[in-house]
Amino acid sequence: MATVPQQENHSYLGAPYGLAAWLLTKDHKRIAILYLISITIFFAVGGMFAAGIRLELTTPQGDLWSPDMYNKLFTLHGVVMIFFFLIPSIPAVLGNFMLPIMIGAKDLAFPRINLLSWYIYVVGAIITLAAVFAGGLDTGWTFYTPYSSISSETAVTTAALGVFVTGFSSILTGLNFIVTVHRMRAPGMTWFRLPLFVWAQYATSLVMILGTPVIAITVLLVAAERALHLGIFDPKLGGDPVLFQHLFWFYSHPAVYIMILPGMGVMSELVAAVSRKQVFGYGFVAFSSLAIAILGFLVWGHHLFVSSQSIYAGLVFSIITMLVAVPSAVKTFNWAATMYKGSVTWESPTYWVLGFMGLFTIGGLTGLFLATMGLDIHLTDTYFVVAHFHYIMVGGAIMAYMGGLHFYWPKMTGKMFSEAGAKASAILVFVGFNFTFFPQFLLGYLGMPRRYHAYPAEPIWQVLNVLSSAGASILALGYLLPAFYFTYSLFKGKAAPANPWGATGLEWQVPSPPPTFNFDEDPVVNEPAYHYKPRHEVHVNG
Amino acid sequence: MAKPSTPLRPGLDEKTLAHSHAASMGAPAHALHSAHDENPNLQHHFFSMDQQLEASILGMWVFLVTEVMFFGGLFMAYIVYRTMYPTAWVESSHELNVILGGINTGVLIVSSFTMAMAVRSAQTGSRNGQIFNLIGTMILGSTFLVIKYFEYAAKFTHHLVPGPHFQAPAGMEAIGNQMQIFFALYFIMTGIHAAHMVIGIVLMAVILVMAWRGKFGPHYYTPVEVGGLYWHFVDIVWIFLFPLLYLLGFHGGPGA
Repeated sequence: MATVPQQENHSYLGAPYGLAAWLLTKDHKRIAILYLISITIFFAVGGMFAAGIRLELTTPQGDLWSPDMYNKLFTLHGVVMIFFFLIPSIPAVLGNFMLPIMIGAKDLAFPRINLLSWYIYVVGAIITLAAVFAGGLDTGWTFYTPYSSISSETAVTTAALGVFVTGFSSILTGLNFIVTVHRMRAPGMTWFRLPLFVWAQYATSLVMILGTPVIAITVLLVAAERALHLGIFDPKLGGDPVLFQHLFWFYSHPAVYIMILPGMGVMSELVAAVSRKQVFGYGFVAFSSLAIAILGFLVWGHHLFVSSQSIYAGLVFSIITMLVAVPSAVKTFNWAATMYKGSVTWESPTYWVLGFMGLFTIGGLTGLFLATMGLDIHLTDTYFVVAHFHYIMVGGAIMAYMGGLHFYWPKMTGKMFSEAGAKASAILVFVGFNFTFFPQFLLGYLGMPRRYHAYPAEPIWQVLNVLSSAGASILALGYLLPAFYFTYSLFKGKAAPANPWGATGLEWQVPSPPPTFNFDEDPVVNEPAYHYKPRHEVHVNG
Repeated sequence: MAKPSTPLRPGLDEKTLAHSHAASMGAPAHALHSAHDENPNLQHHFFSMDQQLEASILGMWVFLVTEVMFFGGLFMAYIVYRTMYPTAWVESSHELNVILGGINTGVLIVSSFTMAMAVRSAQTGSRNGQIFNLIGTMILGSTFLVIKYFEYAAKFTHHLVPGPHFQAPAGMEAIGNQMQIFFALYFIMTGIHAAHMVIGIVLMAVILVMAWRGKFGPHYYTPVEVGGLYWHFVDIVWIFLFPLLYLLGFHGGPGA
């Protein structure tokens, strides 16, 4: 057995030091850290754009920004948060770091491609940022034609190129995960012993490789149309702008599942760990990830209920959309059943788990409102939609990402963070989030359209908007807090034991932080996932 | 930390490991070799050459799936507009050079054969066979691109390149815009296909250098095998593009 000083020596954070050793690393753990740093920067950038939006909406008059500037703010908020934060967040950071360790592999199948995917991400990000400075972007993150292809005078081509390039980063990550799960599992790590996080990542990877190429070709067509005026999406020249919407949502609806599925995977890990119990209905939870990935490809038409789509197509899309609620509910109920009679502890991950379950449930149920065609005609392009997808994306995906980051932080850095700080952050985020987005449901129901920088000066509208903006400042505090205690923990934090949460799984049996090649001896697995023992038998290392 | 790290396999000692019970668990058998293969081409994170080859091949197949989806978006646009504008589609198709397109189809099919022979030569360890067939594949691929260049050049002289200088052929002005969409898709689809050919030829050059140095044999031929998969895929895309773009209206239908 390795002793403590030896562990320090061969930790992946140890030698070789230096910028070059990090920027040329092929170690999946170091690449995960590179991703962590880059997406955190973009989270802050996207958050600043959001702050600009919420500031404007505190007063009914459009008095802070010009209408054009406001259009650019919400567009860039969407583009940055979706393509540069949410999509890579859990897969590229937590998945990159944890997936090989969880299945007992020394690395992902293609370490060089993994590093390449980070560089592609950076190049795509730089191109997109160049677009911000070269006139911005005002099409909305959806790039709808013919506005984007003909009318907009902003840097659409540059931004489209940025999105195109970034897509390949996502494709390569998905490719790497799929091959790794198929070919790199340790002896005894059968498919039905895989942690549910791995199942979720696998389902996500399927969506990444099947969906992302379609958005790539779609934005390429928009760029070509802008440069040469081919007429592909221009009705004056015989083109069909709705074709763009079909192609766009064929990727972009599944992309929603790229964001939420990994979060569901994180939740399965956390729920089991904080309840000290086998996940209820393991097989159902595993297959519900695949079901969501598959159904996700069959529902894009619900974004086109009012885009001249045939009503019969709309009916089919509406029904299939409602079906997505089934596997989602399977997960939620199974998490609840896992906690039932579990021995739940009030450690910081528990707070994020409960926050996720509450917010995701509201987000999911309001999705059913929008799947109902008749109701959607009233709610299309209102703040109801904005509130709904923020409940899924922020209340779901980011809540899970934050929960996962806290859960795995000791493993990734070898340091314990402040429990009190983490609990405070979770509570601030939960409270701030609800204050920000619940009023938006009401605004949307009242008919306030999204993407407007001004609204009628009626008291109820302003009250709800001010509530939302005030909540956003609490939310921002909740997200800023971890920046402090995480940074503090790196320098002054207590050294983390191998298994601070008393959780099961290979990742908790290797030292914190793990050695460069993850395992000192090749691991063999001889028990199912989440083989939790009663509390008094749990051996918490350290 | 007060204690040494936990054993990796609680309750599993060296003896159990020796009598590995992988068969009962359905684990990948190759992962069981505790000692690594000695082959210098084995990367550190794989257990065996078999595992490495299987991973690489699966990786290429997954990549090809993304390629199918990438071209799939274009085929979708093609289907939509062909359904909307059948006449313009046939008329535009008649402007393409079927002879040159047909020759190119033959060139690519032969290149797939030489590619397959290159893989075979690598597996049997015939260095000359690898070099001959790889060079043959590269020459055929380049031939395809040269012919494609002449086809493109003709379109420029006939003002059939979409954009500001596009002019519908005489008598077709009424459906000019629709024909422009056909040619936009024609150039984008064949252009992206040609870009894939260029990448393929560069790949072949890299593999050729490795073959020249005698790197491949029965125990290691992963790059040739994986490069071959890519080459065949690019060929197959053309097999779909050729009839869809060049052969419209040859058997009746509107405008035939």
